[in-house]
Amino acid sequence: MYAFTQHRPATVRQAASLLAKQEEAKLLAGGHTLIPTMKLRLAGPKHLVDLSKVEGLSGIEMKGRSLTIGAMTTHVEVQTSPVVRENIPALAELAGKIGDPAVRHRGTIGGSLANNDPNADYPAAALGLGATIITNKRRIPADEFFKGLFETALEPDEIVTKVQFPKVNKAAYVKFPNPASRYALVGVFVSKRSSEIRVVVTGAGANGVFRVTAFEEALKKRFGAKSLEGLTVPADGMASDIHGSAEYRAHLIGVLARRAVAAAG
Amino acid sequence: MNATGIGAAVRRKEDQRFVTGKGHYTDDVNRPGQCHAYFLRSPHAHARIKRIETKAAAAMPGVLAVLTGVELAADKIGNLICGWMITSKDGSQMKMAAHPAIAHGKANYVGDPVAVVVAETLAQAKDAAEKVNVDYELLPALADPAKAQSEGAPQIHEIAARNTIYQWHLGEAKAVEVAFNSAKHVTKLDFINNRLVPNAIEPRAAIGEYDSGSESLTLWNTTQNPHVARLVMSAFVGLAPEHKLRVIAPDVGGGFGSKIFIYPEEVVCLWAARKVGRPVKWVAERSEAFLTDAHGRDHVTHAEMAFDAEGKATALRVKTIANLGAYMSTFSSSVPTYLYGTLLSGQYEIPAIYCEVDAVYTNTVPVDAYRGAGRPEATFVVERLIEVGAREMGIDPADLRKKNFIKNFPHQTPVIMTYDAGDYHASLKKALEVADYGGFGKRKRESARHDKLRGIGFSTYIEACGIAPSQAVGSLGCGVGLWESAEVRVNPTGTVEVLTGCHQHGQGHETTFAQVVSERLGIPLENVSVLHGDTDKVQFGMGTYGSRSGAVGISAIVKALDKIEAKAKKVAAHMLEAAEGDIVFADGKFTVAGTDKSSAWGEVALNAYTAHKFAGQELEPGLKEGAFYDPTNFTFPAGCHICEVEVDPQTGESEIVAWTAVDDFGTVINPMIVEGQVHGGIAQGVGQALLEGAVYDKDGQLVTGSLMDYCMPRAHDLPALKVEMTRTPSPSNPLGIKGCGEAGAIAAPVAVINAITDAIGSEDLAMPATAQAVWQALQKAQDRRKAA
Ligand SMILES: Cc1cc2nc3c(=O)[nH]c(=O)nc-3n(C[C@H](O)[C@H](O)[C@H](O)COP(=O)(O)OP(=O)(O)OC[C@H]3O[C@@H](n4cnc5c(N)ncnc54)[C@H](O)[C@@H]3O)c2cc1C
Repeated sequence: MYAFTQHRPATVRQAASLLAKQEEAKLLAGGHTLIPTMKLRLAGPKHLVDLSKVEGLSGIEMKGRSLTIGAMTTHVEVQTSPVVRENIPALAELAGKIGDPAVRHRGTIGGSLANNDPNADYPAAALGLGATIITNKRRIPADEFFKGLFETALEPDEIVTKVQFPKVNKAAYVKFPNPASRYALVGVFVSKRSSEIRVVVTGAGANGVFRVTAFEEALKKRFGAKSLEGLTVPADGMASDIHGSAEYRAHLIGVLARRAVAAAG
Repeated sequence: MNATGIGAAVRRKEDQRFVTGKGHYTDDVNRPGQCHAYFLRSPHAHARIKRIETKAAAAMPGVLAVLTGVELAADKIGNLICGWMITSKDGSQMKMAAHPAIAHGKANYVGDPVAVVVAETLAQAKDAAEKVNVDYELLPALADPAKAQSEGAPQIHEIAARNTIYQWHLGEAKAVEVAFNSAKHVTKLDFINNRLVPNAIEPRAAIGEYDSGSESLTLWNTTQNPHVARLVMSAFVGLAPEHKLRVIAPDVGGGFGSKIFIYPEEVVCLWAARKVGRPVKWVAERSEAFLTDAHGRDHVTHAEMAFDAEGKATALRVKTIANLGAYMSTFSSSVPTYLYGTLLSGQYEIPAIYCEVDAVYTNTVPVDAYRGAGRPEATFVVERLIEVGAREMGIDPADLRKKNFIKNFPHQTPVIMTYDAGDYHASLKKALEVADYGGFGKRKRESARHDKLRGIGFSTYIEACGIAPSQAVGSLGCGVGLWESAEVRVNPTGTVEVLTGCHQHGQGHETTFAQVVSERLGIPLENVSVLHGDTDKVQFGMGTYGSRSGAVGISAIVKALDKIEAKAKKVAAHMLEAAEGDIVFADGKFTVAGTDKSSAWGEVALNAYTAHKFAGQELEPGLKEGAFYDPTNFTFPAGCHICEVEVDPQTGESEIVAWTAVDDFGTVINPMIVEGQVHGGIAQGVGQALLEGAVYDKDGQLVTGSLMDYCMPRAHDLPALKVEMTRTPSPSNPLGIKGCGEAGAIAAPVAVINAITDAIGSEDLAMPATAQAVWQALQKAQDRRKAA
């Protein structure tokens, strides 16, 4: 690790101003991505703006038909929240499948979305539920938020403060973990909200999380696993590495999508 | 048996300190004035080092020294060596290339140290290392052992043409050819025994310290054999004479073989400590461990087994290319030869065997012994061939094994070993019962009902442990003897210290060794302590590996205890005013035979030291005896493991749903500890079969360089294991112990692969059998069926 200065702002405004003013500054949330890269000297920010003491960034709240989760809410809080379990159980289940207990107790939803790891789980839920990412500056629909591998619509001094999820009729997430890292080798999130159906894939795409429109169309006719039978995703555009070839990932998308639809009921 | 003696499942004495964080590991040692070493390592697999510019680094804050191979050579620090000489079939000696502790002139694998920075803090050392400028000239790299000998392959060491270290063979080629010519059936297989990264939970670490007053060096080190380390560093590397070099191996958190070897870092820490005049510490980071700990396995093999019309195996032919990496590690040469070829008879009467092994250099980290060392590879060859042979000939795999089992002992195999005791039918029979083999068909149908493919796989393995008779290994090229030493010190109060040349790093010696003493002397377990791992305290010993500490190390203790008892009887005779021959020792009491006159153990111990009852001239005071024990044969643990899997044909995932292990370890001292060893071994074997595999890309970069990419087994990868035992004591040591440390890792991989291939109906499956690999095998089988 290189030397750095740690700042502990109390408000989002202070955090944003530190981020804008200090050269080579980075936000620190759960630190479960940032700290390992710093330890390996792959990242060397001069300033860390620690969000742990910032007011109003964590918490879970259901208002009307929308579930709001603060950016600093940890995975285990989402996993075990009665509010989430009641309103969007698939989201609680997804959070419970992230990494291991240590990761779930430190990692945050804001950090995960801002990081947009192509194998992370939360991007699948955000896009799969049609969430809105709320920052200190604006509201960004999930459809416009994820821009590629580790790329998002966030500007350099923009801070995710909340994520808003609409309540849906049905949803499920099926994850095929990479046995070593436990990240998703492939994960498929499906949801149905009145006429809107989303089938979202994480882990597999060469360009990060994406929707499978062909599957969505098929499910619009009838929301059932059978509707997906025989449908495949082309291997073109899939990621390929020692853990899974493009063909295998494409194949798994079909299998997991059917299982997810079945699980969504 | 007393409550804490042989056969008692007492809790491990050492666990209290381990689980409460009170163990004392190398990194827990901090010496006054200590500074830190950081190794700058080659990022290239194969590169000429044209120039290293260290000035800027040396000027960085806190830096005490920046040292390279140039200084190492100038100080005449010797090379690391491989201690087992293998002779090729043409009579030539193996081609051992120079292995300097810091690469000099050329770097030969990613991770090869090219410079070391010594600084006040580790962070300063790392900062300075970034300022070292190495001018590399990249050379074509070689990572694939199968390509090492081909024309045009990059040449790694001048001494080894076509990167070939040796071309060894064992057995009778002619007899094998004759048998194959008249075979009724021949089973042929090609496979790779996947390369593994050991990953002991405690990474390697070293602290070197120089005492200028006494001109002596001390090394704290994560080693499984401190005396061997001292010998090599003294006699070959030339750091200091043996009596001026102390090696201390404190608590060590797992070794699995990877901490047997003498590594560059400990040499450099000692050398640098003398240069900077301060203690120098180095602790590997996990990513460094991946790059630099000696890896295991890595064989490319073609094997064929010939059968007659009755299904009797008549001959076995094996050709293996063994990857030894960029340099020859300490015992690397012996692993794919005398620890491999000699076990190719398995549990079977195979009249003719011929095995050829070519060992090659590649631009990868050295490969050496890893839990099982050669024997898992041999077991994989034999047990795959038998299983596939059974399937091809339409014989039940259990029946084919029975038909071929060795029944009479001693049995001379065609590959050196003389099996002295065993009962292979007994372990198979018991395993079939425990696994409910008869009910498998029903379970398979049940699995099919929920769209799963169920398979069952056997492994009736054998291993040679208790290494080893010194004369035997000497005749095979080993540079050291493989006996063991012990000293038993009885204190005046009757408590006992045992000093053993073995070293524990997870095995529970502090408990089992004490149990042997408790049984023999009739004293409580807590009155016995076991000391090991410090060359200044303990007499020369050979260390712990190859499941030898029970069979060899305990035998030395037993021998010393014999001497203790004899001496104590003499003391008791004086105390009880009886003839020595009339003294009987039992249950911790010395009694004059046929009388009620007796002395307790503690009284005799005290008297041995007060020497009030005898003249010190005729009987020496004191009660302390030492012994060296050299075994008369290897021991041959063997058994039967049965693995049952369910495969999800849609994803290719395999789940191990049942595991039966029936092992014959001879006499068992602590069944709980033995079971634990079996559990751990099976977990490691399952890791090799399903999850683990070191991958180098074609440029020699380690792709699986962290736990994010290299998968170690976790608890959920295993079912509840059914572990049972059968017992035929080893006739080759006083207690009949055979050894249990490696059995699981030897037996398991092939049991898993036999089970999955049974489930999917295709033999074309490599390790690790990841979900993707199984899915691909299923796809290929489907394509083949379509084409047919
Ligand atoms: C061993 C291990 C296993 C894991 N397994 C999984 C898994 O299975 N699935 C999965 O999805 N994830 C997994 N993770 C990732 C983990 O769950 C976290 O989600 C991830 O590390 C990011 O969250 P964090 O709070 O730790 O962010 P940090 O590491 O603190 O930050 C990550 C990045 O996001 C930025 N950032 C943080 N918060 C904000 C914010 N509010 N606004 C804007 N930018 C911000 C930071 O500046 C930084 O660049 C794993 C991590 C580890 C170490």
